[in-house]
Amino acid sequence: MRIGTLKESYIADAALFDSRTQKTWLGIAAVLLVLFPFVASDYWLYLACLVCINVASATGLNILTGYTGLVSLGQAAFMGLGAYTVAIMQLRLGTPFLLNILAGGCVAMLGGLIVGIPSLRVKGLYLAIATIAASFITHFIFANTSFTGGTGGLTVPPASAFGVLLDTSFRLYWVIVPVTVLMLLGAANLFRTRVGRAFIAIRDRDISAEVLGIPLLRYKLLSFGLSSFYAGVAGGLWAYFFRVVTPESFPLLMSIFFLAAIIVGGMGTILGGILGAVFMTMVPELLKLVFDLLPNSTELTVFLSPVRTIIFGLLIIGFLVFEPHGLAEMWRRIRRFFHLWPFRN
Amino acid sequence: MDWAYLFEISLTGIAGGGLYALAALAFVMVYKATRVVNIAIGEMLMAGAYLFFTFASMLALPIWLAIPAAVLGAGVLGAVIERTMIRPLLGEPPISVFMVTVGLASVLVGLVEMIWTADQRRLPDFMPTQAIMVGDAFLAPKIFWGAVIAVVFIAAVLLVFRFWRGGVALRATASDQAAAYSMGINVPRVFSLAWVVSAMLAALSGIIVGSIGGISSTMGVFGLSVLVVVIVGGLDSVLGALVGGLFIGLVEALAGAYLGGEYKLLATFIVLVVILMIRPYGLFGTHEIERL
Repeated sequence: MRIGTLKESYIADAALFDSRTQKTWLGIAAVLLVLFPFVASDYWLYLACLVCINVASATGLNILTGYTGLVSLGQAAFMGLGAYTVAIMQLRLGTPFLLNILAGGCVAMLGGLIVGIPSLRVKGLYLAIATIAASFITHFIFANTSFTGGTGGLTVPPASAFGVLLDTSFRLYWVIVPVTVLMLLGAANLFRTRVGRAFIAIRDRDISAEVLGIPLLRYKLLSFGLSSFYAGVAGGLWAYFFRVVTPESFPLLMSIFFLAAIIVGGMGTILGGILGAVFMTMVPELLKLVFDLLPNSTELTVFLSPVRTIIFGLLIIGFLVFEPHGLAEMWRRIRRFFHLWPFRN
Repeated sequence: MDWAYLFEISLTGIAGGGLYALAALAFVMVYKATRVVNIAIGEMLMAGAYLFFTFASMLALPIWLAIPAAVLGAGVLGAVIERTMIRPLLGEPPISVFMVTVGLASVLVGLVEMIWTADQRRLPDFMPTQAIMVGDAFLAPKIFWGAVIAVVFIAAVLLVFRFWRGGVALRATASDQAAAYSMGINVPRVFSLAWVVSAMLAALSGIIVGSIGGISSTMGVFGLSVLVVVIVGGLDSVLGALVGGLFIGLVEALAGAYLGGEYKLLATFIVLVVILMIRPYGLFGTHEIERL
């Protein structure tokens, strides 16, 4: 129980950001996000965009797995659907940027609804493995139809928004970051509404939720749809960011990556999705930096990829064994420490 | 319709399915005893095959020594995995344990790439190379002998777990942990046992799979088909693992022959989705009744 936070109205109690400290920190974070592209190098801008895309997709998966309790290994497949939709619309129709991204989200959402249909009958890990099927079926479709460019994939021309050609990381940053922030706000708000509360009830015990009058099929499908909408938008941004979309771009490993990200970050918290995606995207890059610092690094570079794979696995295992609630819980502990510091520690 | 060709393909498929059945048995063993969905089963296969590669090719041991050595090594690996990763998570939600095995898969792949590099390797031949003819149908000798070995070991495992004390303990634990515990069965040791035996079986099927198609660090993909097999058969059913193995082997062979190689995985996953729609707990799985 936190003390020192007196609420005088229900509106204040239900507010998304309730303390002044929190608002101050968010303000600082916003300023930093705006200033960042002016001081950072191209490499760091590239990473920032990649991190934002991953944050968006991980948050989507968090809605489904962290809040609704449906384990999915199909997130990459939905990102692929979004990316291909965007690529095809940009190439064949030349429709405006934002419309493409939205359409990407909607197509992925449709895919998610279809994959979600078995979720009423199939539960738990049976469902997780059934969603692997989505991965393979979408991969097959991408690789074997001429409409999607076959195994060679599609090359996406840079989009233009408001008369500016979005061809560098610097310019894309101004699109990717606001979209991600918007989606994060949306997700955070979702869990203050009836729908979000229903998701949480389903996660905690689905039969009890049904007894309480929550139509399971509708809400499970809705959760699948929302989650894959997030994935689709993230995939659309991904397509504009990398500008090449191939069937191999969205492997099963990527779905595992997102699941790992929300576990490392902390399932069922918005902050967890953010922290996890940032952390898991940055670790391989940091490893590369460490390798570059080592003496005779050229001989050791062959070990970089295996070491990354091992660290990836060890992170998942380590967090589950030692900190099952993830980085978000660590963050909360730190915050609690400073909350009444220096009077109590 | 060429019936001879169909017969030949089906034979190959069923023989290949024998291997799936062996690997699926390894999976079901762990699931029955400990309720852990071990997604790293393919990587455990790989680890076994690489151990065999080390003993047989790098240390140049004779085959009859290298195979037991690799299987024993895999058993030790299984015990280590159980003690360090699975035991601490006892009582945690299933998805946590599932994700630990995902992490385990990643660690195993990384270790293999680090120690043996990612290159494709060939295992030494140890099976007879004379072609096998069933009627007029030709069957690749490696697949035939692989299937024979798989069948022998499946039979052996089934018999052992029917009559050996440890096997009875394992089945008792599978049907009711608390009751087994109060009857004096050392349940944690049964968990270890299940992992050790499972790792050994996985290593054995890894050696056979590796000697048919070569080994590489992407060999774990085989595990995906095994997952389909156990889901189709029902996670906790030995019979399901056997029937599912043969069935998926057949489906893969037919899809590969009549539609093309790229349809293999697609076909198995479509079968998976269809079966899940009809029977969400697999063909022979236990239908768990949920109570509030």
